[in-house]
Amino acid sequence: MSGYSTYKPQSPFMQWLERRLPIASLIHSSFIAYPTPRNLNYWWTFGGILTFMLGVQIVTGVVLAMHYTPQVDFAFDSVESIMRDVNYGWLLRYIHANGASFFFLAVYIHIARGMYYGSYKEPREVLWILGVILYLLMVVTGFMGYVLPWGQMSFWAATVITNLFSALPGIGDPIVTWLWGGYAVGNPTLNRFYSLHYLLPFIIAGVVVLHIWALHVVGQNNPTGVEPKTEKDTVAFTPYATVKDAFFIGLFCILFAYFIFYIPNYLQHSDNYIPANPGQTPTHIVPEWYYLPFYAILRAIPNKLAGVIALGLAIISLAFLPWLDTSRVRSANYRPAYRVFLLVFFAAVIGLGYLGSQEPTGGYVIAARILTLYYFGFLYVILPLLGLFETTKPLPNSISESVLREGSPAGASAPASGA
Amino acid sequence: MTAAATAEPTRRDFLYIATAAVGSVGAAAALSPLVSQMNPDASTIAAGAPVDVDLGSIQPGQIIQVFWRSKPIFIFNRTPKDIKLAQDADWQSLRDPQPDSARVKQGHEQWLVVIGICTHLGCIPLPHQGGFDGWFCPCHGSQYDSSGRIRQGPAPLNLQLPPYEFLSASRIRIGENSQA
Repeated sequence: MSGYSTYKPQSPFMQWLERRLPIASLIHSSFIAYPTPRNLNYWWTFGGILTFMLGVQIVTGVVLAMHYTPQVDFAFDSVESIMRDVNYGWLLRYIHANGASFFFLAVYIHIARGMYYGSYKEPREVLWILGVILYLLMVVTGFMGYVLPWGQMSFWAATVITNLFSALPGIGDPIVTWLWGGYAVGNPTLNRFYSLHYLLPFIIAGVVVLHIWALHVVGQNNPTGVEPKTEKDTVAFTPYATVKDAFFIGLFCILFAYFIFYIPNYLQHSDNYIPANPGQTPTHIVPEWYYLPFYAILRAIPNKLAGVIALGLAIISLAFLPWLDTSRVRSANYRPAYRVFLLVFFAAVIGLGYLGSQEPTGGYVIAARILTLYYFGFLYVILPLLGLFETTKPLPNSISESVLREGSPAGASAPASGA
Repeated sequence: MTAAATAEPTRRDFLYIATAAVGSVGAAAALSPLVSQMNPDASTIAAGAPVDVDLGSIQPGQIIQVFWRSKPIFIFNRTPKDIKLAQDADWQSLRDPQPDSARVKQGHEQWLVVIGICTHLGCIPLPHQGGFDGWFCPCHGSQYDSSGRIRQGPAPLNLQLPPYEFLSASRIRIGENSQA
């Protein structure tokens, strides 16, 4: 995070502080003078969006916690009281509930961008793995948050997800009892989920600091995948990246606000407005949209244990990408075959998401099996082999050469680069 | 620190290793209450005591649901047709092969008592649905027959049997089985 700063404290107080805690120069070198590739496109603004969304979730979450009661007899009513009685409670809850969806939307785009431009490759492996850890923490946090309103979907989501562990031979049932704190999902479960749902966002914030630290050590990737070589290849983080990020956060917020104010329950399930009933499972039970692809993989496999293993492997495998991908060329813009296989991979994930929302019968199961096969086939067969057989396009000598050759000499944004 | 230069382990080395070992045991011991607090406490376990159910009011063909240890228990008053279907099924070819006689109490073939939790991921199957005169799980499509055996779908096992015993011809106690 250091080495770029031209910061010289002017006032006597800042000079005094700099000798004792050089925080001003740290901020200056990390967020002002930090050199960022001049050809970054708008897909690179999602890191900023994610940081913004984490802030939104923590602020609204802390406020909601002031009005929420983590007790099975009162939880549902306290959420209804937030919706009806608490001043602006409806707004805060709708921001928080839809915020989870938009947080995941942003993280999926962020991951897809990393895969398209090969951002996980040497020397960014640790940066990438920290990202996978952040995603896993988000999954756990989102799940626990969904349980808190204690509606029908909350209760049965908690039951189904905790029961995933019962597939483990021998230790499965003791683990599930331990997670529940009883013979079934109940008050101890709700209480501990509330505690952890409050804790985990701050763990996420901590790992985000490591993620940004790692990013600032190795530098940002860019649409060409060619490392910056001279000062001509980079521009200063402020104003170029900060203003660009702020502009796109604004656009993102327009969509976010549309959901909050016009269709706040579009991504929710109406069954979750029915209080939890341990005696009856809703007729059609699906997780939140952001878990659907993995849910489809779970259901595609007829064996319980194998299904749970596939579900876990589908997420964990992302951490191995830096070693599964054998190609030295980063950006898909210069890898024609990889680009096609990758876009099909994205389509397969979206297809799995659709299948996850449907009843698991007949043709849907077969389709889910084919897409699951492609999901793992892409990661464990296509990726390693492509690097050995693919003929890549010639890379530009430098970022500035690629920008100038494509005929837009000024500014930090690259022309539409096929993505 | 001159002791570090000698090749032979010194008494100081022994003290370092012994201290670290005792410290590790202490840290592990300190972890155990943190892990243990998440398990069911004594009051939760006590609340899981046996429950008695009167079968007199259950009509032929009716399935009722009672709770024992927060788990739904299905009690199915099977009609002769249900019993015949359950007994005639080719049980050896089933995924979790069990004859109907192993799933009911001898002399009480009319009564099927099972834990109403799908063995796949814990949903509650719906009674009188599916193609086998038994249950259908709405979560992932598992189907159970009139003996509570898995016949179709992703669930690996038959609906589990709770421990229970007949106190009289029309009264059972769930949670206790003195014959077993």
